[in-house]
Amino acid sequence: METLIIILTGVLVSVATYLILSKSVIRVILGTAILSHAAHLLIITMGGLKTGGVPILDNGHDTFTDALPQALILTSIVISFAVTAILLVLALRTYQELGTDNLEKLRGFYDE
Amino acid sequence: MNNIIAAPMIIPILIGILLIFFRRFTLLQRWVSFGGMAASAFISIYILNQIQSQGIMRLDFGGWEPPFGILFVADSFSMLLVTTTSIVTAVCLLYGFSSIGEKREKMFFYSFVNFLVAGVNGSFLTGDLFNLYVNFEIMLLASYVLIAIGGEKRQFRESIKYVAINVLSSFFFLIAIAYLYGTLGTLNMAHISVRVAEVGQTPILTVIGVVFLLVFSLKAGLLLYYWLPGSYSAPPSMIAALFGALLTKVGIYAMFRVFTLIFYHEPEVTHTLIGVMAALTLIGGSLGAIAFKDIRQIVSYNVVIAVGFILVGLAVATPSAIEGAIYYLIHDMVVKALLFILAGMMMAVTGTAQINRMSGLIRNYPAFGWMFFIAMLALAGVPPLSGFIGKMLVGQGAVEAGSYILVALAFISSIFVLYSLLRVFLNCFWGETIIEVEEKVPMKKGWLISCALLTLMIFGLGLGAEALAGYVSSAANTLLNPEIYIDAVLND
Amino acid sequence: MKINDVILHAVTKIVVFIIFTMAVYLFLSGHHNPGGGFVGGLVLASAFVLLFLAFDMETVRHAIPFDFKYVAALGAFIAVASGVGSVFFDAPILSMTHGYFVLPIFGETELATVTLFELGVALAVVGVVVTIILSIGEDI
Repeated sequence: METLIIILTGVLVSVATYLILSKSVIRVILGTAILSHAAHLLIITMGGLKTGGVPILDNGHDTFTDALPQALILTSIVISFAVTAILLVLALRTYQELGTDNLEKLRGFYDE
Repeated sequence: MNNIIAAPMIIPILIGILLIFFRRFTLLQRWVSFGGMAASAFISIYILNQIQSQGIMRLDFGGWEPPFGILFVADSFSMLLVTTTSIVTAVCLLYGFSSIGEKREKMFFYSFVNFLVAGVNGSFLTGDLFNLYVNFEIMLLASYVLIAIGGEKRQFRESIKYVAINVLSSFFFLIAIAYLYGTLGTLNMAHISVRVAEVGQTPILTVIGVVFLLVFSLKAGLLLYYWLPGSYSAPPSMIAALFGALLTKVGIYAMFRVFTLIFYHEPEVTHTLIGVMAALTLIGGSLGAIAFKDIRQIVSYNVVIAVGFILVGLAVATPSAIEGAIYYLIHDMVVKALLFILAGMMMAVTGTAQINRMSGLIRNYPAFGWMFFIAMLALAGVPPLSGFIGKMLVGQGAVEAGSYILVALAFISSIFVLYSLLRVFLNCFWGETIIEVEEKVPMKKGWLISCALLTLMIFGLGLGAEALAGYVSSAANTLLNPEIYIDAVLND
Repeated sequence: MKINDVILHAVTKIVVFIIFTMAVYLFLSGHHNPGGGFVGGLVLASAFVLLFLAFDMETVRHAIPFDFKYVAALGAFIAVASGVGSVFFDAPILSMTHGYFVLPIFGETELATVTLFELGVALAVVGVVVTIILSIGEDI
């Protein structure tokens, strides 16, 4: 199971890389969202996927699943949710203000 | 139980949240933020003195003992930085009162400054690697908003790139944390350090260390600084001053913490890499600082040079180099804030950012001109000012360690710093004045007061280096002997 | 062209209350079972979003006359305050406690301070999500 999830993570990272390298701002934002999902999957796989029961003592299990990775990805999901939201609002305002969502045209020009 | 060490993070968060309800009361917002910063500065100084008498303090959140819970650890190094952060932010706020403008103040500006400081202080204080990530994100989310606040075209253009690059580095941060957790099964920094020491720093751990190096160098602008000059020149000068003074320093702090506490067993790999990156940063930053005519770009590249210089201290890692790096870190926070504020004032009075279009400012504003001169000398490391002791100690440490190339590059970069700023000084302050007496923009009181305060701090840090020596050597001692930190966290 | 959205209106009026109930259920069950403030808040926010979609903004604004930015701030304040409050009981910050009380209708009930924190999280999530959706949706 772990191997499968790791491969899935790899697929997600490559999809995200492809999206991030494109010119459209919206694609880049989708890419960053997928990238964060890949990271979350990796964290939960690294903690071991299902090594036992629910980590509550009086449930009659001998082995327990590590609960920490789940707490970690919950935190990190909330954070990536906030970041994606900010990016979307920023992209919209940029589009309204500058009239383009093409990153090629958003290059900064120094010494303007 | 030391609830007080959470105060430098809790106070700004609470103030930031409460100020959202008082959106229309600008005056109240200003002075409450200022008061909060001043309060957390005093509390940090108090904690700093407590640490000297009773050793490293820690606070276990919710009473969960390490290594199981999240905790804050206050040692001299982190508290020195927290103190400087609070003071510098308070002074920047003074400058902001008269420069940021009513429009931005009504867009929850002060709330986000408070959140930014909360994230910065939290990153300095935390003793848990994942909590470090969370605090980084608090700081970054606030900075995403601050960089775009006000909504000018230039700001939007740069902010998209800034956010994208930081999301990418956060991704690497998470990946590195996942690998580390998979290998060692803990996230408490002291506990990680113990486990790394037990199993020895195997190649896989070194690779994880390099991933952390990548993350922090993206945040700090070590070699991977290509995003920095653009982003730091987009927002208004007060926000740029906060960014220049605080944000890169958090990356540097994290690098110091991780590579002295956790991954210190294979210095041939990690510290050599840091040394090479620092050298390249010094070269790149120096070239950038003299290449541009835009004052914002020049100042931003000076930030890059300072990052390279401080990490020379970490790369050689001798006691005097570490002490020098700490001195220089504190000095740099103060002087970069001053430099960005001065650059902002120059743009405000002349209405342009091009140095070849400014001239003779010193005739109109003598005090302003001389403060720029002092900041320039401090950055170059001229003796009675604050930059001197740091540069000397880093140089001495590097010579002791025999890294002559790094010494040479560090001091040549100082000459480039001096040259780039001298060029600004000669172009903008010397020569025929371009501002007529009638058109002269009056210098606002808040501008001069904040600059004067920072200039006084430069003198204070230079002349009062003896007074700081106790704190700095205690900080360097903790960095060089990880067992002190581990003892304080795990065994009491 | 005027869009005929009678069905959407009719369904929304009923479904919104089901979603509300679901949100409260998720929020309260979070103490021992899957659920909690974040999920409850998201579901609650989806109810508001459905309202905004079905009816136009002015109508909903008129019916729900508060600014969601302040809801988010209030939630964040409750969450932080529930953590900081332990200072007054001489316990480390973020300490939580619980106890059993006999209440008139419910009988013996477990009450925990975590619920306060979760309430703050839920309010913050509702406020933030609705604010984001409104600010994106407002000026297109």
